Parts: sequence; structure tokens; C-alpha cells
Amino acid sequence: MTHSKILEIEDLTVSFHTRVGDIQAVRGVDLELYKGETLAIVGESGSGKSVTAKAIMRLLSKKQSSIKQGSILFDGIDLSHASEGQMMNIRGKDIAMIFQDPMTSLNPTLTIERQIIETLRMHQKLTKHEAQKKAVELLEMVGIPQPEIRNKQYPHQFSGGMRQRVVIAIAIACNPKILIADEPTTALDVTIQAKILELLKDLQKKMDTSIIFITHDLGVVANMANRVAVMYAGKIVEIGTVDEIFYNPKHPYTWGLICSMPTLDLKDKELYTIPGSPPDLIHPPKGDAFAPRNPYALSIDTLEQPPMFRISDTHYAATWLLDPKAPKVSPPDEILRRQQIFERLEAGEVVQ
Amino acid sequence: MATPSLLFWRELRLSRMILRRMLQIVPLLFVISVISFALVKLSPGDPVKMFVTPNMHPEDVERIRRSLGLNLPIYEQYFRWLGQIVHGNLGYSLQNSQPVLGQILQRLPATIGLMGTALAATLIIAIPLGLVAAKYENTWIDRLLNMISYISISIPVFWFGILLIEFFSVKLNWLPSLGMQTIGENSFVDLAQHAILPVTTLTFQGCGAYYRYVRSNTLSEIRKSYVEFGHAKGLSIWKLLWSHILKNVMLPVITLLGMSLPTLISGAYITESVFSWPGLGLLSVDAIFSLDYPIIMAMTLFSGLMLILGNLFADMTYQFVDPRIRK
Repeated sequence: MTHSKILEIEDLTVSFHTRVGDIQAVRGVDLELYKGETLAIVGESGSGKSVTAKAIMRLLSKKQSSIKQGSILFDGIDLSHASEGQMMNIRGKDIAMIFQDPMTSLNPTLTIERQIIETLRMHQKLTKHEAQKKAVELLEMVGIPQPEIRNKQYPHQFSGGMRQRVVIAIAIACNPKILIADEPTTALDVTIQAKILELLKDLQKKMDTSIIFITHDLGVVANMANRVAVMYAGKIVEIGTVDEIFYNPKHPYTWGLICSMPTLDLKDKELYTIPGSPPDLIHPPKGDAFAPRNPYALSIDTLEQPPMFRISDTHYAATWLLDPKAPKVSPPDEILRRQQIFERLEAGEVVQ
Repeated sequence: MATPSLLFWRELRLSRMILRRMLQIVPLLFVISVISFALVKLSPGDPVKMFVTPNMHPEDVERIRRSLGLNLPIYEQYFRWLGQIVHGNLGYSLQNSQPVLGQILQRLPATIGLMGTALAATLIIAIPLGLVAAKYENTWIDRLLNMISYISISIPVFWFGILLIEFFSVKLNWLPSLGMQTIGENSFVDLAQHAILPVTTLTFQGCGAYYRYVRSNTLSEIRKSYVEFGHAKGLSIWKLLWSHILKNVMLPVITLLGMSLPTLISGAYITESVFSWPGLGLLSVDAIFSLDYPIIMAMTLFSGLMLILGNLFADMTYQFVDPRIRK
């Protein structure tokens, strides 16, 4: 990547305190975000993707959780140690976030205008009148018809898709450098989903914002992302460009994820599912957390955690299968098919 | 979208609701009056006894009974009373033959003043404390406030009143313990001094319920995702509590307020008795002890009416506060 780094996360470790012990939700995440790119974080529920995002925003409850180690460098500030006052200046201005459920992200008893103006006046020195004008512009920008009228309405007068547009308008109000989208389309109809994704891509182009896109939907990832980080049990197990992850995945967990994507030509074949369930993160396993569910697991997987092996400058994966001493295994047929496409991609041939 | 026609329908709906509620008042009050009349008549004791002296002739006693109409069958007494009511006459007190309406109107200001002050103090104290407790959930502040609220809810109000009198009037001699003013004095300071203890008693009693209501509502609001989104916008928790959560917390409080309207008028029976506050509560208690049924009936109807109006008021306020109902 020639772009400059805008966010640098190093060894981020987050725990949740419970009666039975600390849940190690994020266990040493290293991540970089470049200017203008979209980085997708994928993984199943409980893999730590949302926790990572909320840790960046420092939205995790201080009572119930803590950042145990690591740093989150943004603009020369380590967010993991920033004061609440510093964070309040960054949130909504430099780093904005949108959440999964647009139905509940807005306060039902306040007008849309008030909820937009609030964030504008918090971070920019605008008069009420200027902020009102800006609010109309923002609503227009996110594709809400009749913004002058809609501005005065309440959330219940908007459909789910329209509410998510309002939420996006609020998030981009102060031209944030980073937009964190935590499953922003999961609660929406498929047709609306596509429109919201288009909107996000469109806005990103206009504003040159970096997006961290959190999802469990690989279809959305393929559509949105430049790079993809795959998380499992609080760790990043594989990271690479969208082509590398989709056509040349190296980690057996990524194989499983890709094989369990439903496709149209699936017909009568049963959809692949990854066997087993995620590990207990109060007592995480000593070795590779994915080993018990991994048909390709080696004996070293139960003893020692694999390091990140480099595949290319942009592509890394944490699996012992990449160790020079590891036996050669043959990935599932679907992955082999994809790797052939990848070779042709690399060779510069036009595919499909 | 407030186009004229929509506004028109909205107002029509609102006025139809008010009209419907108003029409409900009549049958409701009728049922209330039948039940309370029956209860008064079924209760032991004889109002005529008030007028009887030990050496009075039984015939004289009968004459008094007849003159008060108490010799008639209960249903006939009821219909005589009802006949008066529909003509706008609340009757005359059995104790002093004064018109009931006059007595109620004469005592109304004392009760409204006392109850209104207490209610205002309750809201001013309980709502912020509820918000603060929720913000500091499970810390010592929250635990302390919870403990006080349990005491407020469970302590018998007469006992709390007596404690205040014992301490501030008897021991320290700072404040008067009885009545509304010192005889011969007519200053506001004097009135305020007399009001402090009863207002404190009522406020302490009222705060517990409102506090718990506000606290638990705030706790459920604070977990909603619009609050998290508010944080993500860069708002502080105090700003969120003030400009987002408070309004949503107030919605259920309005219902509670509507239901407390009758006590605002009918008075706090016990507190007024403890402090001899010359309001409607004391009037009612005296009437109950002497089975002065015209006053009891008037007060019951009055309370019933206020309860209905209070609920109507709450529902109408909802319309203005909650846009989801307004549509």
C-alpha cells in the first residue's frame, strides 16, 4: 500500500470481567488502517470483531471490561490510554461509528434535525441556523428526499433503510477520518442493504474516509472491502487483500468460512458448515484456538499458537500449515478451484 | 408532515378522545357513589349519636333521626342524596349543618398549597437523584440512595411525622408542630414555618416511589443503543442524560403524576391529621369518624373525578411528549 497509515493497532488485548472469570474477547490484535481504504473485519459472533471496534472508540464499559495491553495509535494519540475528554473530542469528529440496528440507534422522541445538529454543534463552531442548514445538506447527501420536511420529523416516520441513512448522515456530519461500520446492513432487507452499501462507497469516494467494516457476511465483504481481516476467538487469523482472502486463503478457518458461503450453483448439495463451536474464552486453549474444529490440525496446534506467516507483503495467516516443516495438505475442492482463479488473476489474465 | 388536513384529523381525534372520556365520567361517578354510599351505611356506628346527650328522651332522638332522613331505607336515602347532587347541591354536613361545598372550597387552598409544594419538591428531588443513581449504578452513591428510598417507601408516614415533630418542635423548638398559622399572625414566613414539617413528611414519602421509578427507567434507557450511538457522536453521559434520556424517562412518570392528582386535591389524610393541617384530608378524617356521610360522599366523588381527570391529563400530556403517539 502506498497510502499512509491512519490507525495502527498493536497487540490489543481486551477482557470482560464476569463472576466466573475474565473473558478474553480480544487477544493480541495487530491491525493497520490506511487512508481511504475499506478494511473488513469478518468472523462469527463472539470472535471479537465488534469488541475491537468499540475498543477503538473506547465505548466499552469501564466497569465490565478493560484494555489489558496494547496500543491504538491515531493521530499521534494512543487511544487506549486517552482520557474521556480526549475521546469525546475524537468520537463523532475524527472517528465515527454506525451500528447494526437503525431502528434503535436514534432517539425516538427527538426530531431528526436535533439529533444531527447535536453532533455538529458539539464538534464545530456553528450557529444554530448554520447547523440546521448543514443538517439539510447532510440528509440530501445520504439520499433522503425532501430533506427540509424530513428534517423536522421523528425516527418512527422513517423506514429502516431511511433511518440507517440518517444514522450515516450523523456519522459523516463532521467529515470523520475513520468510519467504523458495525454490521450496518445486517438488520436491513437485501435490496435496502445493497443501496446502503452503494451509499457508503459513494460517500467514501467523496470524502476520502477510511472505513472499518465489520460483518459476518462475506458477500458484503467482497462488495465493499479493499482488505479483509479474518478474526477467530479474539485473534486475527488471516489478513490480506480481498482477492487474496477470497481466492488464495491459507488458513483452514478462512477455508471453512468460504466453503460455508451459500452459492446459487449449490442446488441439492448440502451447505458446508464448520463443525463444533468457538472455544471458551475464559480459559482459552494453549495452542491454536481453532485446532479442535480444524480437520487439518497438526499436533503442534494443540501445543503452541502459530505466529503470523507471511505469504505476500499484504497477506499473512496464522496457521502452522505454512511452516516449512509442515506436511503438505490439500485444501477443499472449492478452495483449489479458487486458487486456480487466483493464479490466473496473478498472471494478469481476465477472469469471468 | 403537518398538512392542514392531517392536523385537522389529529385534533379531531384528540377532541373525540377527550369527549369520550368526559362521557365516561358520569357512569363512573355513579358506580363510585353507589359503592361508597353503601360502605358508609354499612359501617358500624350511628351519626345521630353525635347529637345525643345521656338524658335525652328516645323520642327526641327519633325526631333528630327523622329530620336528618336517617329513618328511611338505605336506597331511599341514596336517591334523596342523588336527587340533591344532580341539582348541584352537595348537601349539608351532619355535624355543623354547613353546606358541604362551602366547607370543601374553604379548605381547598390549604390542601392544594400543601400538596402542590410537596409534589413539586418531590419531583425536584426525586428525578435528578434517580438519574444520578442510574448513572452511578452499583456504586456507593446508588446503594445509599436505594437504601434511603426503601426507608421512604416503608416507613409509616404518621411515625415519620411524629419523629419530625419530636425532634424539630419538641427537642429543638425550631418549628411549630400544629396547624397552618399562629393565631393572630398572617405572614408568609409564619405559614412557611408551619408548612416545613408536613411538606417534608409528604416529600420524603413521595420521593421513594418517584426515585425508584426514574432510576429503573433510566437504567433501561441507558442501555438502549441510541445512548451508545450518542456516545459515539461524542456526547458526554451528562449531556445524554439531560437532553436524551430525561425526556424518555419522564413518559412513564407522567402516568404516575396523573394518578397523584386526586391526592393533590383530596389531601394526605394521615399527614394532615398528624400536623392538624386544616385541609381537606383533615376534613375527611373528621367526617369519617363522625359518619358525616354528605362530606364523605362529596370527598369520594371529588377524588374519583380527579382520578379520572388526572388520567385524562396524563394521556393528553403523552400526546405532546411522545411523537409516536402523536402521529
